[in-house]
Amino acid sequence: MDAATLGHPGAQNAPGIQLAGARLPQHPRFLRSAALRFAALYALLFGLSALALALFLWWQTAGLLDRRTDNAIAADVDSLAQRWQEGGLPALIITIENRLAENVDDSAIYLLVDPEMRRVSGNLSSWPTDLTVRRIWAELPIERAGVRSLARVRTFTLPGGFHLLVGRDVQVRAQLRDLLTGALLWALLVVLVLGVAGAVVIRGLFRRAMANISATAAAISAGDLSRRVRISGRGDEFDRLSETINEMLERISRLMDGVRQVSNAIAHDLRTPITRARARLEDAALHAESEADLRAAIERATTDLDGIVAVFQALLRIAEIEAGTRRAAFASFDAAPVLAGLVDLYSAPAEEGGLTLVFACPERLPLFGDRELVQQAIANLLDNALKFSPEGSIVRLSAAAAGGTVTITVADHGPGMPDADRVRATERFFRGETARNTPGAGLGLALVQAVASLHGGSVQLAENAPGLAAMLHLPGAAEVAHAAAATADA
Amino acid sequence: MRILVVEDDRDVAGFVVKGLRESGHVVEHADNGRDGLFLAASEVFDAIVLDRMLPGGIDGLRILETLRSQRNTVPVLFLSALGQVDDRVLGLKAGGDDYLTKPFAFSELLARVEALTRRGKGDGPATKLVVADLEMDLLSRSVRRAGQKIDLQPREFLLLEYLMRHAGQVVTRTMLLEGVWDYHFDPQTNVIDVHVSRLRQKVDKPFSGPLIHTVRNAGYMLRSDAV
Repeated sequence: MDAATLGHPGAQNAPGIQLAGARLPQHPRFLRSAALRFAALYALLFGLSALALALFLWWQTAGLLDRRTDNAIAADVDSLAQRWQEGGLPALIITIENRLAENVDDSAIYLLVDPEMRRVSGNLSSWPTDLTVRRIWAELPIERAGVRSLARVRTFTLPGGFHLLVGRDVQVRAQLRDLLTGALLWALLVVLVLGVAGAVVIRGLFRRAMANISATAAAISAGDLSRRVRISGRGDEFDRLSETINEMLERISRLMDGVRQVSNAIAHDLRTPITRARARLEDAALHAESEADLRAAIERATTDLDGIVAVFQALLRIAEIEAGTRRAAFASFDAAPVLAGLVDLYSAPAEEGGLTLVFACPERLPLFGDRELVQQAIANLLDNALKFSPEGSIVRLSAAAAGGTVTITVADHGPGMPDADRVRATERFFRGETARNTPGAGLGLALVQAVASLHGGSVQLAENAPGLAAMLHLPGAAEVAHAAAATADA
Repeated sequence: MRILVVEDDRDVAGFVVKGLRESGHVVEHADNGRDGLFLAASEVFDAIVLDRMLPGGIDGLRILETLRSQRNTVPVLFLSALGQVDDRVLGLKAGGDDYLTKPFAFSELLARVEALTRRGKGDGPATKLVVADLEMDLLSRSVRRAGQKIDLQPREFLLLEYLMRHAGQVVTRTMLLEGVWDYHFDPQTNVIDVHVSRLRQKVDKPFSGPLIHTVRNAGYMLRSDAV
């Protein structure tokens, strides 16, 4: 039961649905829309990339400035420490004075204090109160010449209890950072809005593409087989999907037509002989006067039934060929001996009917396909030719390979076929006006057509002035096609 | 001859069993796969007529595979409603000797079963076939009747050889088409009749007493009139 229900996902029975529901992980309802999932995924990806971009921007601007300031301070500290070692306190003081004098944009901050934290040199009035000498790096508000500002500083303890403070005024940079933060926050909002808008658009696109296909599918399952998926003409993936679906639908409707045609044909063309056989039996049962009459009637009915079975088998065979399963048995073979064998078989009945069977074929005729089916197709063509040829005429079986195509022609000088009939001749059960008085069920050419299609070839019926030339075009065996063409020319 | 018929359809089985008995054979019948396999494995038969699809869990193919795996070489004729080319190939590959698709004419079944039992009794490769005053030398590929040489086309030779190998048995048109031409389809025109009639022109007409006889509603039989 389980397997059966799962095997038919389309089954509309309630247990099937419950079963499927139990097996599926229970997503919240809104997540079951693929369009919404795609949209959410889009928004998430968009947001993440925007965030990554912002972080990179931050690192490259504010972060870079921070690192530069720190590097400058560290370099300053190093060089001042060297001064101290070389020239002691006086040299250090001079250097600090010089640096302050050189500092045009007034961003450098120096302060040298003695062990009692009294100012010795520098442009700060006193050691910042909330800065202990143990903290090495700090960012703190300072007051310089009555102006409050922000500074990034490094402290350094000199031998002898002196403390050095080197820093940079970062007020401008802090403002920049605030500006950047604000801008990025606003940008985040924009990203959010854009992400949501993009997601909505994506969902719309997705839904529209799906709606196109699912509307067609729904119409088809409702029974309208003529519906096709609309193609936008952009040649994109959806178009290609639509084209594939349309091709599939084309094939399905062709098969359906075939089935319909066959069932109609069975209804019309098999009903007649079955009715005849039945009538014979019933008539015999009611009216037979002697056992001999009865036997004769039964025998005739049996012959009728055999005829029906033959038609049935031909139909099944055509269906089998059309289903394409025989393609698995395809192999390379030389068609020349196959044709020769058929000539051998048919030349006797041809002579019997006062006909001449002429045979022309290259020495080798390599084909890739089903030997038995090709054999049967040509046998059918020969059957037809012999059936319709007037006494004393010529039936010609010829074969030629050119340009990778093998053409096998059966030409007769019979009554031929009017143009209108030629178009329909390969339909099942079609019988031309000229064929009314000859035995047959109208399946011979249908089988030839099926064999040709299976091999990717075609059947062509042409005027033979007078008569009919039936040509079977089959793709030659690829690997030896060249050699075949050469032999055909010779 | 002892023939086992394994067929589940009562009407078809009754018809086959009755027909075979009327033709002088001893017939056993099993209507399911289990009994069929038991009979086939435990008793000796000259031929088995085996349906492909059988009730009882064991189908015809399984029975045949089991028999063949026990080195049982009894000739088997498949009788089946599965008539596609692949089904026939599958049946023959599994070790079947012949394959007949339902619906069938009893004469066809009888001819094929009798041909099978003859094939099973093969006593080494013969070099010479003789029926009445007709002699065929398989080595020199020559045919004589009443001491007079008859010239035959290669295909006529094969046709006559087939008829002589099955001398005294009915040979159907389909059997000839399969056995002589290796064709597995029915041509619409009466090609076989034409070929046989040409053979008659050479083998029978110039001599006294026909050897090739037409069997109504069935096919042909090669036999001397004396029999």
